[in-house]
Amino acid sequence: MNAREADVIDELTGVAPGSALDEVRRARGAARANAQKSFEALFEPSQPGGVSIVQRFALAAFVAGLHAEPETQRFYVRSLAEAGASPALIGAVEAEVARGAAKGPFGRYPAGRLSVEDFEGALYAPTAESRRALGGRLATAFAHAHLLVLHPRDASRDALRALEAAGWETTEIVTLSQLVAFLTFQIRVVAGLTTLADASR
Amino acid sequence: MTVAHETAAAGARPNAFTQDELGWTPWLPPLAESELSERHWAGLVEASRAKSPYFMLLVRDPEVLEARTKTDKDIFTNVSGGLPRAERELAATAVSRSNGCIFCASVHARFASVHSKRRDEVQRLLDEGTDVDIDERWNAVVAASVALTATPPAFGQPHVDRLRRAGFDDLAILDVIQSAAFFNWANRLMLSLGEPEAAKPQAAAPR
Repeated sequence: MNAREADVIDELTGVAPGSALDEVRRARGAARANAQKSFEALFEPSQPGGVSIVQRFALAAFVAGLHAEPETQRFYVRSLAEAGASPALIGAVEAEVARGAAKGPFGRYPAGRLSVEDFEGALYAPTAESRRALGGRLATAFAHAHLLVLHPRDASRDALRALEAAGWETTEIVTLSQLVAFLTFQIRVVAGLTTLADASR
Repeated sequence: MTVAHETAAAGARPNAFTQDELGWTPWLPPLAESELSERHWAGLVEASRAKSPYFMLLVRDPEVLEARTKTDKDIFTNVSGGLPRAERELAATAVSRSNGCIFCASVHARFASVHSKRRDEVQRLLDEGTDVDIDERWNAVVAASVALTATPPAFGQPHVDRLRRAGFDDLAILDVIQSAAFFNWANRLMLSLGEPEAAKPQAAAPR
């Protein structure tokens, strides 16, 4: 079992201890520590409840893939494997990444002066094959993750009803939402820091 | 030129970006105060947040909420060096404008206006969108925030160079990155767990 680095953002960015970038990150020490605690609360929870660790890492690998961040995707796929996911499930997750490729943010506003900014984009829905490979609950969570990542302004009550119809409880939906939304933060901090690191060489 | 604002009727869904105070109603049931355990109270971090339907919904997963709240606080209110608060709120507003979160944009545009005292220019960002030309410092912050908001993220060397030329050091650039990244988190929760509503009008004062 691989030992996990103390700070996942440092690991994904390649921040070396004592480097200039390390010092800059540590100047915002509480943000650094609590971003790591957010990761731990989501992926190393004391009580996973109705969202299993495998489901959490599967969603994370999907979200990282939608952001076209191969290193982050590899990190979450490794974590998914270490959590005991089958090769078939891992393959299914990677297939959904390919099916879900899109550019965002897109979406529609409530009708009015902002309608000129309405923008269509690549929608995603799990197929019967996806549902068979992922399981119905996880497939519906993937659909919701794609909505949140690519076009959150199209979110609706109906989208939450779909999660409930698939068997997700209210508290689990909060966890799923936090997981996807946290990753959109973590991935962007990594992207930003990686650029800043390259710009400082 | 003053742009006319279409104010939504009280309780109706806002359809324009605004600095007005808006309400927000959840699409899932929040916890009631009577249901909160010690762990839930710790997750709220500030007891006053028990009055907010948004935080009372998020507190259903208290460990995540606690860590998220503390991340938010440091990113936005740790002003030992780095980016001034006004520009952090500007980044949050630009991200919210780009993702289309009318509620988030309303709150953080107000904060940006209060901290910068440049209300009209903040309003131009809301009215005209993220290509607005304000001044080079603000344009650089907005452009970096929007690039980071794209999926996949489009933030690159040119954005860092532009921020450096505008006079921002690496800590300030980290603050831009973290402020913008955090609002990608915030927007997705606000947009997917409920909706904004026009605030109920105050009783009219006698004229």
